[in-house]
Amino acid sequence: MNRSLVTIANHSREKIEYLLQMAQEFERHPNRLLLQGRVVATLFFEPSTRTRLSFETAANRLGARVIGFADPKVTSGTKGETLKDTIMMVSNYADIIVMRHHLEGAALYASEIAPVPIINAGDGANQHPSQTMLDLYTIYQTQGTLDNLNIYLVGDLKYGRTVHSLLTAMRHFNPTFHFIAPDELAMPENYKQYCREQGIRFVEHQDFDSDVIAGADILYMTRVQRERFTDLMEYERVKDRYLLKLDMLSKARPNMRILHPLPRVNEIEYAIDDDPHAYYFQQARNGLFAREALICDALGITLEQVQEDKTIL
Amino acid sequence: MENNPNPSKVSAPALIGRAGGESGRQLIVSALDHGTVIDHIPCDRLFEVINLLHLQEMTSKVTIGFNLKSSKMGTKSIIKIADRFFTDEELNQLSIVAPNVSLSIIRDYEVVEKKQVCLPDDLRGLVRCNNPKCITNNEPMPTLFHVADRQRAIIRCHYCNHEQNINDVKLV
Repeated sequence: MNRSLVTIANHSREKIEYLLQMAQEFERHPNRLLLQGRVVATLFFEPSTRTRLSFETAANRLGARVIGFADPKVTSGTKGETLKDTIMMVSNYADIIVMRHHLEGAALYASEIAPVPIINAGDGANQHPSQTMLDLYTIYQTQGTLDNLNIYLVGDLKYGRTVHSLLTAMRHFNPTFHFIAPDELAMPENYKQYCREQGIRFVEHQDFDSDVIAGADILYMTRVQRERFTDLMEYERVKDRYLLKLDMLSKARPNMRILHPLPRVNEIEYAIDDDPHAYYFQQARNGLFAREALICDALGITLEQVQEDKTIL
Repeated sequence: MENNPNPSKVSAPALIGRAGGESGRQLIVSALDHGTVIDHIPCDRLFEVINLLHLQEMTSKVTIGFNLKSSKMGTKSIIKIADRFFTDEELNQLSIVAPNVSLSIIRDYEVVEKKQVCLPDDLRGLVRCNNPKCITNNEPMPTLFHVADRQRAIIRCHYCNHEQNINDVKLV
């Protein structure tokens, strides 16, 4: 059985909850020797320091050893080697491959040819399942449930891979989504159609103020990137409209938490960092636990084995 | 011109009907005794049909008519392939480029079966993905598409999930 993780779009509610439970075990005891003797390869055909460090930390804290490359310039790909050849070669050395690639579908293809499991650490604009898992884990951790939540998505909803994956993964949990974005970066019609088909309620807003976000359980901020705009005047006009300021939290629910996939540029005022609603740094920390769970699951280690693990340090 | 031993049965279509007429000139194309006739091919799709079925590699007799008059279509093309019967899988590939062709299976000069092509659930190695950032456009590997919406003729790339309309596809 191919245990690769390419996408969580097709994961059932049960499978998502299973992985969240496993992540919770790792939050309790992140340091173990569960993967002692194993080799994890991290192949970053496209640089992504944050994601790579998170995966490598997860492997290291479970006792595995890590090989790989962080920069595509040092690989044979620049000499014209195919992805297949690189994957087949590394499969001889490692028990599992974590890969990031700028081409869409690269991880799925690798999972079809590799004799070892593949974890997709991002393939272009397509999928980034470990980000979605850590988002789900953070929502679960802060709200105590994934069910019946009001989730507000703010910023770039057109190109934002993370918001699309989150939307898809939340379909099992009866959410209400609120989309807050400039026209140029509005949620694409095919995702709104998806919501209608799945019975997911959604509301669209143009304004972004304390009244609009007063009903939020989760305020998920994303970066509005200048390069997404064809009209730079339009960018200048809207960029500050989707900036979250401290005084906008005056009517926020006590349980509301602000998430952001990071890196942040200017979407969240720095004064908010010390506010109890701010949760984006803890969210990034959860990436470690989520990735420990994903690596173990891909290697065939079960929740039961994690719960009865005697290698806790 | 057609050698039909039993006139009461449907006879296999000759490529060119009664040609020449009063002028007496005739283009003789013999009727097929065994084989496959693909009729009503849009003229601009003829060569794609030839490529899809690899007819250029065939050793048996293949007759191709191009720019023929058609009451239904204005002009059409037709291909007669002797002694070759295709699988449904092979024929259904034609749905990508010429969904409205008529297929006739000929045995002993008789049309024993008429078929239409239908779009298969999966298209392997046939269609190019229109997403330049798709792995299939950057790696020596076969493409794979799944039919996402049969009514709207939308296919989805197995690898990058990009969708395209079947009428806009480019063949590999």
